[in-house]
Amino acid sequence: MASRNAVVAVSLAAVSALLLAGCAGGDTGSDEGIDGDVKGEVTFVTWRTDLITDGTFDEYAAEFTKKYPEASVKFQGITDYEGELKTRLSTTNYGDVLGVPNSVQPDQLADFFEPLGETADLESDYRFLAPRSFEGTQYGLALGGNANGLVYNKKVFADAGITELPTSHDEFIDALKQVDEKTDAIPLYTNYKDGWPLSQWTGNLGAISGDPDAVNKMATDDAPWTEGTDIEAIDALVYDAVSEGLTEPDPLTTNWEQSKVDFATGKIGVMALGSWAISQFQGAATDAGTSPDDVGYMAFPATAPDGKQYAVIGGDYSLGINVHSKVKAAAKAWIDYLIEDSGFTDTQGMVSSLASSELPTNLAGLSDAGVELIELNPAEAGKESLVNNIADTAQIDIWGNIYRQKLVDIARGAADGDEASYFDQLNTQWADAIASVG
Amino acid sequence: MSISTAGPQPTGVPGPLTTVPEAPAASGGGRRRSKRRAPLPAGGPAGQRFSQKLTPYLFIVVAVALLLLLTYLPAANMLWYSVTDWDGLDKDKNFIGLGNYIEVFTNPRIFSVFGVSLYYFAASFMQMAIALYFAALLSFSTRFSNLFRGILFFPYLINGVAIGFVFLYLFQPGGTLDSLLSFFNLESLQRQWLGDPTVANFSLAGTSVWRYTGLNFVLFLGAIQSIPKELYEAADIDGANRWQQFWSIIFPGIRRIIGLSFILAIAGSLSVFEIPFIMTGGANGTSTFVIQTLQTAFNFRQVGLASAMAVVLLAIVLIVTWVQRKVFPDEKVDLT
Repeated sequence: MASRNAVVAVSLAAVSALLLAGCAGGDTGSDEGIDGDVKGEVTFVTWRTDLITDGTFDEYAAEFTKKYPEASVKFQGITDYEGELKTRLSTTNYGDVLGVPNSVQPDQLADFFEPLGETADLESDYRFLAPRSFEGTQYGLALGGNANGLVYNKKVFADAGITELPTSHDEFIDALKQVDEKTDAIPLYTNYKDGWPLSQWTGNLGAISGDPDAVNKMATDDAPWTEGTDIEAIDALVYDAVSEGLTEPDPLTTNWEQSKVDFATGKIGVMALGSWAISQFQGAATDAGTSPDDVGYMAFPATAPDGKQYAVIGGDYSLGINVHSKVKAAAKAWIDYLIEDSGFTDTQGMVSSLASSELPTNLAGLSDAGVELIELNPAEAGKESLVNNIADTAQIDIWGNIYRQKLVDIARGAADGDEASYFDQLNTQWADAIASVG
Repeated sequence: MSISTAGPQPTGVPGPLTTVPEAPAASGGGRRRSKRRAPLPAGGPAGQRFSQKLTPYLFIVVAVALLLLLTYLPAANMLWYSVTDWDGLDKDKNFIGLGNYIEVFTNPRIFSVFGVSLYYFAASFMQMAIALYFAALLSFSTRFSNLFRGILFFPYLINGVAIGFVFLYLFQPGGTLDSLLSFFNLESLQRQWLGDPTVANFSLAGTSVWRYTGLNFVLFLGAIQSIPKELYEAADIDGANRWQQFWSIIFPGIRRIIGLSFILAIAGSLSVFEIPFIMTGGANGTSTFVIQTLQTAFNFRQVGLASAMAVVLLAIVLIVTWVQRKVFPDEKVDLT
């Protein structure tokens, strides 16, 4: 009898535990904010699973503990970072330090992340603050930054007889045609199937006009896909390259990992990617037994009205501190260590977030070509989320690949319409969204 | 002769003799046992009676709790999200009434993708035909029939993601399919199996047929094997050939399973997801309603609208099933 009651009790307890597991509340521990003592174990949720595997992060952690003996770091690598974090943010358990997921809008930052200070105070020391700032408060510091542009194969360009890098739409298309005629390489590889490489084009917003407000202006433009805007210049370039047959023959079977090898072995001329890709392509070239020096980097082929060529630099993931963290001071110390002392950006060939540091060597190509680097301006206070909200309502993922895949489909004749009709449709959707959001 | 006929008789005769007295003994024993037991709980304390009544519930409580927690609670949450403007992250969800549902039914871009389901719906008939053909064939004693059964069912056991990748290589330019065609000097048939928008949906639906034929096959085979063997023997004696056996015995015998497969085919073709999602990501005009729902929720951060789309899909599947049951009522199958 006693045992039967025990069974009842245990199963009831098990059931209630099951039911309650979903609604475990976060208890508030001692909270001294980011200025307390640096001690405790910091959990760093990271998207760089490769650096956990190869031990780079462990070395950083050892250095960090040497500097702050009472603090330590452990790592949680997540392959599907964006997807998984989106769900985890609805709990309180998302590590202590993490990269702020792209799905978090500026007006939501305060719900999930600890304030790191006034943006105005940090401005003189750090680059790339704008995306993670809301109403003058900073919630994330970029771990590093990238330039946006195109990776090209120097050897393929030389074989095709291209001596000067194209600086306009027509020159670029001509260069691709030359590659097509004189070499066996695919002139421009879109990486359509994997999708995300198509979103890399959008990083060039601002580089065409040299206007740091190019993105902000889209929030009030009822027809952004009109000759003269940055987004139109980008999409028109993609459209023409595809419709002229200068891209891969069957875009549905592309493969990102394979494309790196193909690029290294001279089967691909150009790909639109951030400068983060340079080190990966050099690595692929080394593995394939070709010269890493053949990996070149150029700015988006356009010349601004003032006669200069620009490239946009922007932050990679920003590091933020979980607002529920119990070791905020140690978390802040870890962020500072990563950005200032670890040498992370140097080894990764990224632009450091520290305003005082110099540009990485792999961007020498850009400076040699006289390209000026610009950073986009933050949106006006209160309008930080506006462009993204308009894009979502319009269901045009300007930072994604769905609408651009459709553009490629139209350009290669696989979907109805032409450039003009598709741009009209995008403009209509965009204007409707402005009307309903703005 | 005499020995063989005498054999059954002695055993056949005592048979009933021994079973007749045994039967009441067995039931009597049962009754006695239950009588002996019955007073025990009656005399016990009230708590014990209560916990004895509780016992059956304890057996199901975990299963019910898991069902509630993992199926009904999320479904109820989805219904709630579908009337809000939630973006998947915001702390507060604003109630906006039926706004999302109005959007689902008025935005032509949302419903147009159901056209893609027709490819899969048509393919499901081919799938059922192939499955039925092989099930009927292998239900007769065929050489290596177990091997062939295994081969036919095998694709269903493979993970959908793996199938997606396997077929991605098959359909690549210069991939397995192209090589096979050129081996038979059929280069003229080569095309971009996924890149050509007029072919892409056929390629994907074909992959789907390959994957799910095994499931239909097993369902049909199980139903065919539940048909009593005597019917075939009787048909053999009457001189019916295999084809007549199929039409008069097998087909009516498994009509209910075919009806079930039909419902599954409709529901399945409305909610196709894995294969196009892995192989094309919904690009090139191969997007299905579920892919679009996923994109709405996670690419465009409109979880409220996406929930409404999911609810609408659920309603459509329920309605189609209901109509199907009304049009083809569940007949009682009587083979005798």
